[in-house]
Amino acid sequence: MSDSKDLLRAPFELAYNYKRSSGPVMSEFFEALGQQKILGTKSRAGKVFSPAAEFDPETHESLKEMVEVGPGGSVESFSWIEVPQNHHLIKDPFAFALIKLDGADSSMLHMIADCNEADLSIGTRVTAAWSETSDKRITDIKFFTLEK
Amino acid sequence: MKRVAIVGYAQHPILKNAGALNEVELIMPVVHQLFNDLGISQKDIDFTCSGSCDYLQGAAFAFVEGLSAIQTNPPIKESHVEMDAAWAMYESMLKIQMGDAETALIYGFGKSSPGDLDAIISLQMDPYYISPLWPDRVSLAALQARVLLNQNIITQEQMLATVMEARTNSKNNKNALITDLIDESDYLNNPMVSSPLNKLDCPPISDGSSAMIIASEEKAYEFTDHPIWIEGIDHRIESSNLGSRNLATSNTLQASMKQLNLKNIKFDVAELHTQFSHEVPFLKFLLNLQDVPTNLSGGPLVGNVMMCAGLDAVGKTYESLKDNQLTHGLAHATSGPCLQHNMLVHLEAKK
Repeated sequence: MSDSKDLLRAPFELAYNYKRSSGPVMSEFFEALGQQKILGTKSRAGKVFSPAAEFDPETHESLKEMVEVGPGGSVESFSWIEVPQNHHLIKDPFAFALIKLDGADSSMLHMIADCNEADLSIGTRVTAAWSETSDKRITDIKFFTLEK
Repeated sequence: MKRVAIVGYAQHPILKNAGALNEVELIMPVVHQLFNDLGISQKDIDFTCSGSCDYLQGAAFAFVEGLSAIQTNPPIKESHVEMDAAWAMYESMLKIQMGDAETALIYGFGKSSPGDLDAIISLQMDPYYISPLWPDRVSLAALQARVLLNQNIITQEQMLATVMEARTNSKNNKNALITDLIDESDYLNNPMVSSPLNKLDCPPISDGSSAMIIASEEKAYEFTDHPIWIEGIDHRIESSNLGSRNLATSNTLQASMKQLNLKNIKFDVAELHTQFSHEVPFLKFLLNLQDVPTNLSGGPLVGNVMMCAGLDAVGKTYESLKDNQLTHGLAHATSGPCLQHNMLVHLEAKK
């Protein structure tokens, strides 16, 4: 038996330790989020996707034209979490929701907080609440809240 | 199309926590059971394909470990899908269609107990718009459940009936993990995990494995007197952009039904890869299965081995046709949030 100090060793990090490029369409979307603006991409037929889609899933048309949408929108569906799990970003009861932003034809998955389950139904009006810091990520929108 | 049949299927008892049993130790018994039942060995297999998820083990290329469960010397033709093993079956079908193989061994395995499945599944989503929000799989399923309830496509009573029936049907399934019966008050008093889904609407965390052998017409009768034919197989995926999908229907499933010409087939039995209670009445409606005995095995609500449960739906349909002398069976496998990616398999026993 060899002494343990003779063993070959390698570090092992269990993590998402690689970088991704956002590409031209999503880069523009994230740059705008950094300025608290939400963009969508518009198809030739006038359909607006937000968050910005790179192509139309039905026609496969490449999408480049950007339009501003939101920051208000209506709830298309939601799931209410009374007891958040460790990995959730919000530690108080909150909802995951599909939100159709004003001016968009598709919905954005995000969170709704600072309200009760009874305040929410399909069609409820919500608006974006921004994070204190900007990382140019989807989490620059901290969550959505009930529209005043 | 070359005709291909399922000639054997084996499933490990589904465990809540396999503990120190590693993936190889979960796969070996089912592969060996299949080989013994058919009186064959690895040398009778032209192509081997597995389905598993490296994220569950937390290591890149973890699936290679699984190969230790089978004999790989002399070298074998082998492949892997980072998907449910139902898609390993699909790849094996293609391999046989291409003339590269006459027989294929398919296996799937998954241990969900060691990690936090909700967190892990979040990491498999769109890394730009969705993963950073850490949506858990139950909350995503709940978004679809609410749409279906709101549009009266399904009812809360159907969800309750599905949960109760799954547990009643578990008596037909010697490998089921959940076998205790519940009544209406158990269901109604169960706390919500992510409203409108409570704990009983969701599948149990499960560990296990399954294996299947398929063969071309030339080989099938060498293995068994009772092959079950894969009459049709089709799979389609919807957009990864969750918010652009219509969650109240499934255009892809409808396209698959048309492609497989299922409209006029009277199915005797169906097994659906329905992980959440609301998905059963929804798919029964979409697939015209209202009068067809469905999920007689209990389905994923009584045992849901990740990366196997889709193959298990095919395997359980195969067993139903074979053991009960039935003719037509429909199996369904799925992947992704809110039934994003679906496979339909039409199985037929020839009299």
